[in-house]
Amino acid sequence: MAKAYTPGLTVSARVRYRARRLLPLTGRITVQVGDRVAATDVVAQTDLEGDITPMKMSNLLSCAPRDVPGLLLKPVGAAIAKDEPIAQSKGIFGMMKVTVKSTATGTIESASDSTGMVMIRGAAQPVQVRAFTSGRVVEVLGSEGAVIENDVALVQGIFGIGGEAYGPIAVACTRPDERLEAASIRSEHAGSILVGGARMTIDAIRRAIELGVAAIVSGGIDDADLKALLGHDLGVAITGSEKVGITLVVTEGFGDIAMAARTHGLLASHAGHAASVNGATQIRAGVMRPEIVIPLADEAAGDAHAGGGATAGELSIGTPVRVIRDPWFGALGTVAALPEQPAVLGSGSKARVLEVALADGQRVTVPRANVELIAE
Amino acid sequence: MPKDPSSIKVVVATDCGSTTTKAILIECVDGVYRQTHRAEAPTTVEAPFADVTLGVTNAVTELQELSGRRLVNDDGTILRRTSDDAADGCDAYISTSSAGGGLQMMVAGVVKEMTAESAKRAALGAGAIVMDTIASNDRRRPHEQVQRIRELRPDMVLISGGTDGGDTKKVTELAELIAPAKPRPRFGGEYSLPIIFAGNRDARPAIERTFAAGGFDLKVVDNLRPTLERENLGPARETIHDVFLEHVMAHAPGYDRLIAWADAPIMPTPGAVGDILQAIAKGRGINVVGVDIGGATTDVFSVFDGSFNRTVSANLGMSYSISNVCAEAGMDSVLRWVHLDMDERELRNRVKNKMIRPTTIPQTHEALVFEQAVSREALRLAYVQHKAFATELKGVQQQRTVGDAFSQQEGGRSLVSGMKLDLLVASGGVLSHAPRMEQTASMLIDAFEPEGFTELAKDSIFMMPHLGVLATVHERAAMEVFERDCLVMLGTCIAPAGTAVAGKPVMRWSARWEGGSAEGTLMGQEMKLLRIGERAHIEVTPERGFDVGAGPGVVVKREVRGGSVGLILDGRGRPLTVPAGTEGRRLVASWAKALELHPD
Repeated sequence: MAKAYTPGLTVSARVRYRARRLLPLTGRITVQVGDRVAATDVVAQTDLEGDITPMKMSNLLSCAPRDVPGLLLKPVGAAIAKDEPIAQSKGIFGMMKVTVKSTATGTIESASDSTGMVMIRGAAQPVQVRAFTSGRVVEVLGSEGAVIENDVALVQGIFGIGGEAYGPIAVACTRPDERLEAASIRSEHAGSILVGGARMTIDAIRRAIELGVAAIVSGGIDDADLKALLGHDLGVAITGSEKVGITLVVTEGFGDIAMAARTHGLLASHAGHAASVNGATQIRAGVMRPEIVIPLADEAAGDAHAGGGATAGELSIGTPVRVIRDPWFGALGTVAALPEQPAVLGSGSKARVLEVALADGQRVTVPRANVELIAE
Repeated sequence: MPKDPSSIKVVVATDCGSTTTKAILIECVDGVYRQTHRAEAPTTVEAPFADVTLGVTNAVTELQELSGRRLVNDDGTILRRTSDDAADGCDAYISTSSAGGGLQMMVAGVVKEMTAESAKRAALGAGAIVMDTIASNDRRRPHEQVQRIRELRPDMVLISGGTDGGDTKKVTELAELIAPAKPRPRFGGEYSLPIIFAGNRDARPAIERTFAAGGFDLKVVDNLRPTLERENLGPARETIHDVFLEHVMAHAPGYDRLIAWADAPIMPTPGAVGDILQAIAKGRGINVVGVDIGGATTDVFSVFDGSFNRTVSANLGMSYSISNVCAEAGMDSVLRWVHLDMDERELRNRVKNKMIRPTTIPQTHEALVFEQAVSREALRLAYVQHKAFATELKGVQQQRTVGDAFSQQEGGRSLVSGMKLDLLVASGGVLSHAPRMEQTASMLIDAFEPEGFTELAKDSIFMMPHLGVLATVHERAAMEVFERDCLVMLGTCIAPAGTAVAGKPVMRWSARWEGGSAEGTLMGQEMKLLRIGERAHIEVTPERGFDVGAGPGVVVKREVRGGSVGLILDGRGRPLTVPAGTEGRRLVASWAKALELHPD
């Protein structure tokens, strides 16, 4: 049987990162292979078809559906403005005509003679896709998007909210186990990607929104604070579209938990450097974790390995791991033993386990499902 | 492709789930079909593998190692037997699939409670996840409906509406909303979105005109509600299966090869489960409820008096959706099932941590108790949704007498009845992998509140999907494996319906079984467990106001099946209520003790 393992999250000082930037439907690609782009440059754009506004014209004109196409004042395909007359009834002997005004601006898409419905198509909505990271365009994906490549420092979080954000890295907590409080956030942090330490408090988040901080990255968040921020209890971990005025990334999990020292050290070492953050998280059907991407100034030749997704590996003695469930949630250590036979847990269940030598010297037995590799 | 059942002695069956591909080997041993080995491997639909057959080959290779029978050719395909006495290979290979999120549909109907509900029933029965139901009277304005249609990315759309010969305008209006909204299919730009029209036959020309523009693949089938009094879901269901194979599967990575390997059409996993439960209900002449609780969703299946229903509670599950269960039920409802002291703030964070790291398992006793409490609420909510959906046809004119005028019985009554339920089958991680069978039985009773006599069982290794598709090639083999290897009997629950008061008698009982007998009086709010072995004869005399199936206060004598748990006497009354606070905690602890849920 293959060894059991859990893919960890990437925390890497240098990795060859490829950002695959796709339009929601086909459109125009504004870059070519070989172009150098900045993170906020538009690489592809398209127009989403406008919204449809239906009008029950036969009811509005009090006529039979089959008469509707003949009563339109403008032909199908013509432009129409909101409140502009769109159709008129024949009236009685040419008198008492009823005129109906359009309820939307757009073009007349169709007029049905079987239902009497008229459809107005609104103006197309432009959609633009940015590069997300600075770098070189290495592939153009037909008319759907482009791939941008660069060597970056990459940190994947475990959970986030909010969409893409850009700004320089600023450090608010100098220690990874320091709680991010409102008092640590100052006016010069406006527009930055702010690195905290342990749990970010609700007061700190509110202060950051007030000051215009682009994003916060910290070890943990309390569920009660998240609920207070969103205004509702988050039921399913599909995020990224929240509009709360800031992007949040949690690197470890919910509760009072310190950021892994290595993660904090890496982020702090890039203070002042431009970075891109995406809080979008999806833990179903194609896992997506939030990311902090820091393009490196010196594009290295050859020594960076491909990245951009969760890195998988196998457990072996000495592998650094993090325990991801109580009673030792968040504890870091190394694999000390990998017993072959399943063991009976405190819950009464039987499961394959491993022994972990924790950083504080304790040696504990945990189910293999409850550890995460700390991947480079 | 159909094989002669008598020539089938060795079957390999796989179920390609979202994360795991499960393979089982079924062999005819001494004239009886048995499931002999099982194996599993990670599903390989997603990148970097992007070929479902790799996972199938891996799972069947493990099956080969465990059984000692060669089942995989050198090129990875499934090896077939060349003669009846060949020691290697199989006679049939079959598979189900829910990989890649399963089959996702949008349905539309004119009236929400009538044709739209029938359309939803057809889609769910075929094994789909229904993303949304659009109806003329769903209280959304047309532009909101259009917006919703544009947001969804379904695999196909089912449209119904109007009885045959009735109004055509409303259903055409629906089509006219859907066509310009141009819902984008999940599988990219080259895919023509299949539209199945199963509405008023007189509306067909107008529907064909509406979808004549490019980007759609319209299929017209018989009306699924030809009259208000009759549902005809068969043709729509069959077309959904065909389209699933032709379009959805064909666009999923590696499925063209998997379809070619299989000796029967690949079925959506829940569709196959529904088929086997219907076959069992029909074969034994009983009413059945089946439940499959997963990480993201909970499926409930029921067959009452021959009527089959399935519901999918999309966001009720034990990992990805655990947070939603707590949000929907409320933490108080979850914690009423917990007899230990727990800190609510800490629990909330634990729930979220499970949601973001869904593969973890409870290590401590406390974590297990909490997780099983959440499961009770997930199951309860899913069953509430199921009962509301599995109803008699709505909109049917009823003949009433003067006497009925006082009964105020409304149309569309739920078909699901706790008293008529004969067999409750559990599957899904939290139920199947509970450390003690008593815990599984307890979760089922607390969530489903069966009344009278109800047998409890669990699907040992979630074999029902395999058996559902096996039934299409060899029904006898499917039945034999279901009875012998699939179901693990937990026992029988006897629960008198009525309002129970603590300390007051609910029923008197006496039971005899091989090697033992007992008798007593069951008091209100009392639970009792009798270890009866395989079977027992029992006589139950309910107190006035309590009913165990024959009517209030009427004696029932019958044989009951035991199992790995035994006979559970539930004196808590129905509907089940758990008092708040210390009193509730004391009661829950007493029930846990009576059922030996946590013996240490």
